[in-house]
Order: sequence, then C-alpha cells, then structure tokens
Amino acid sequence: MRYLLMIALDESAGARDAEVEGAEITPEYAAFMKDMAERGVLLGGERLRLTSDATTVRVRNGETLTTDGPFAETKEQLAGYFLVDCKDLDDAIDVASRIPGAQNGSIEVRPIWEM
Amino acid sequence: MTADVEAAVADAFHAEWGRVVATLVRLTGDWDLAEECAQDAFATALERWPRDGIPRRPGAWLTTVARHRAVDRSRRQRLGESKTQEVAVMAAGADEDDDEVTDEEVPDDRLGLMFTCCHPALSFEAQVALTLRTLAGMTTPEIAHAFLVPEATMAQRLVRAKRKIRNAGIPFAVPPSHQLVERTGAVLAVLYLLFNEGYSASSGTDLVRRSLTAEAIRLGRILCTLMPDEPEALGLLALMVFHDARSPARLDADGELVVLTDQDRTLWDEAAIDEGRTRLDAALRLRRPGPFQVQAAIAACHVEDGPTDWTEIAGLYEHLFAMSPSAVIALNRAVAVSMSEGPEAGLALLDRIAPDGELRAYHLLPAARADMLRRLGRRAEAAEAYRRAFDLAGTDAERRYLERRLLEATA
Repeated sequence: MRYLLMIALDESAGARDAEVEGAEITPEYAAFMKDMAERGVLLGGERLRLTSDATTVRVRNGETLTTDGPFAETKEQLAGYFLVDCKDLDDAIDVASRIPGAQNGSIEVRPIWEM
Repeated sequence: MTADVEAAVADAFHAEWGRVVATLVRLTGDWDLAEECAQDAFATALERWPRDGIPRRPGAWLTTVARHRAVDRSRRQRLGESKTQEVAVMAAGADEDDDEVTDEEVPDDRLGLMFTCCHPALSFEAQVALTLRTLAGMTTPEIAHAFLVPEATMAQRLVRAKRKIRNAGIPFAVPPSHQLVERTGAVLAVLYLLFNEGYSASSGTDLVRRSLTAEAIRLGRILCTLMPDEPEALGLLALMVFHDARSPARLDADGELVVLTDQDRTLWDEAAIDEGRTRLDAALRLRRPGPFQVQAAIAACHVEDGPTDWTEIAGLYEHLFAMSPSAVIALNRAVAVSMSEGPEAGLALLDRIAPDGELRAYHLLPAARADMLRRLGRRAEAAEAYRRAFDLAGTDAERRYLERRLLEATA
C-alpha cells in the first residue's frame, strides 16, 4: 500500500531554524533516505519552503481569491513529505518513526486513496 | 428442540464465536462477511444439532460451516478472484458433515484479531467496541447499551473502525517483537476497561453491563493461553478474578455496600481465588514485573486468611506508584499506610494529593480523609469530609454507605 508521510513541524518554535539557504541535506535525513531506499519503500519525497512563502488559492463564484499564507492556521505546519510503498500500516508506522522530523515534530500517515 | 442442544449452542457461541470470526477475517479480509458467516454457522447449528447430534468438536464444525458460507457468499458477491480461491482451498479440507475435523485444521486466529481490534491507530472507544463485537460476539445494541450510547452511534463507530482497518491497511497479525510490549499493553488496557465497566455496574441490576466482567475474564483467559509468557496478561487476569471472586460479598441482603474489611468471606468464590493465585504465581515466575502484577499481588493480600497485612500492601502501593505515578495510586497508598502506621501517617500522605487535581470529582478522596479523621476522633472534620464524599458519590449504594458513616460521625 502507498502512504503519504507528512512531516509537521512548529515553525514558530524554531523547529526549522537550522534549515538555511544553500545548506546540504542533514546527515540524519541522508541516512534515513538511504536506509529507506535500500528497504525498497521510498517512492519520493520533498522538503517544502516555510508557510511564510505559501500562497492559498480559492475559486468562489468563478472568481479566483489569492491569499498569503497556508490554508489553515495550525500549531505545526507541513514541512515536507515522503511517499512510501509499505506492506501495511504497521510497516508505514515503522518508517514514519524513523523520519528525523518525528523527533521534534509529528508525522501524519495517510493512506493513498488509489483510483 | 431439547434444552441440551440449546445450551450446547449457547456454550459454543460463548466459546467459539471469536475463533470462528477470527479465522474468517484472516481468510477473507472482510470483517462484515466474517461476522455474517459466523452468524450463519450458528443458525445452521441450531437447525442441525437437534437432528444430527452435537458434533464432537463444535468449534471446528462451526468454522467449517462458516468457511463454506464465505465461499458461497464471495462467489455470489464476485469478490476478488484470489480471495475466493483461498477460501475455497481452505473450505475443501473438511466437510461440515464430516465430524473428523481436527483442531490442527482450525488454527487459532484470535490473537491476531485481538491485536487488530486493539490497534493504536483506532480510537480507544473503537478498540473496545470492536473487541466486544468480533471477539466476544456481543450485538451492536448490547454494546451500545453497555456503554450508554445510542445504538446508531455505536453502529457508526463500528462501521468507521472497520473502514479504517481496511483503508489504512491495519494488518491482521500479531505484531513483531519490537512492537509487542506496547501493543500488548493496548490489548490489556481494553480488557481492563471492559472489566471495570462491568464491575462498577455490578451494584445495579443491569445484566448487560455486568456481563462485561465475565467477557473480560474470558478474553483474558484466552490471551493467557495464546501468550503464556506474557506476565502482565497473567497479572491482569489474576487481578480480575480476585476482584470477581469477592463480588458476591460486595453487597449485603439489602443491597447495601459492604467494605472489604466487613465482607463475609464465606461468600467469596474460593475457586476463583485459587485461579488468581495460580495465575499470579505463573506471572511472578517470569520475573518481569509490571503494574498489573503488582495490583494482583495487592488483591491477593486482601484475600489471604487471617488479618490483612497492611504493611505489605502499603509497600506494594509504593512500588506501584513508582511504576505509574497517579493520584489514585497515591490515595490507595495513603489508605494502606493509615492502616499499617495509623491515621496520622495516612493523613500526611493524603495532604500531598492536590484536592483540585486529577481526583477533584472522586468521592473516595474525601471518603478516605473522613475515615481517617473519624479514627482520630476529629468528628466535626470527619462529618464535613463525609458530606463532600456524599455529594460526589456516583451510585445510590455508595451514597447510602456514606450516609450511614456520616450519621455515625455526627451521632
């Protein structure tokens, strides 16, 4: 089964302060991605810019409304994701627990609704 | 139909329902189908056992019949071809007319089902409801009644839980060793909640709620059979049977609450106490202590012959508090110390529990204080504390008990 593992970190608490322009991937994330690629579960993943760079778009009555910021104010914000292919939820939970962001943030495990 | 056959089907229902459902869930992956087929199998037994006699292995017979139904139904519903094949292969092994099915042909899948029902990805409420429906065979209206929620709410809860199991890919399996401790804890928590729900209702006349106690003990025994090396499962089972053994003495002839020290010991269930001791011994031999084992050891002290060893009990509560520091345990420890060292020592410990904290609505906190004050002869303060306890008490029996004590304190 495919799962989207969403990494949520509290930007205002400084959870992403260490990430600076031009810096390389941290050794922790590099090790995680190498392990998961070897395990054969990793389908993809990306880091996202901070929510201060987010733009939210809604179309109402044919009119496009564009606003600054994320679609919802939450305590933790989406910081990145991995798309994985796992045997079952227990397998996906195990992968999620190994994401470095799980140490200081939360990982939401969401099954892909296959078409 | 003879009463014998009816009783045999009822016994088989209690003993085998969970096993039949578990095997069908494993084979089909379809929880609703599994329940329907299990129901069909029991209906068939009611038809055929009076005519053909009770099979030698009712569980194997029922599982075989349920498998046949699963094949029929999945053919009709044109489920996935591979699943139908698998069920067909499993059903081919034995015929329902053939009484020679052996237990080896019917593996016990209940442990996997327990872990799936109690998966932490499901809400605790959903875990409890699923366990009662699939393992204990309680109906949705019965479960709704037991938890005092509308039937539609409980039905919805079960539907959502089964949908999440399917959509999120919650596995039907015993977890691997590195997850086993945490996941076993989740199963034990569900069983303990079932027991307590039933036990707290046992002062009333509500039979459905009371049956939760028996279901929890039954599932606890199954768990101990399937996980014989799990000391906390044994500890929980010992704890439950010790409490249950004393329940006939909890109320007097007028339905009034009788505290432990005043209970008529001849009413206690000796066989249950023996089982508790045996289970607790087995747990302790495994040398991996845990909170349920300590609580069972405390319960064991309370059923010993002769005067209660309050020093031992106070020590066990201290041990328990170190494992899981909670205000309820601190309260129990204070009561035990008041018995072993005297009411002053108990009051000193009670003073450390915040009255506006976790226990602010718990009647036993002021009740314990009242009792210690009464023993110290501080009658006005005792009466005041009894009044507070009375206002917080949840059942009539508790309120009447506190009222009697209040009258004694003010007499």
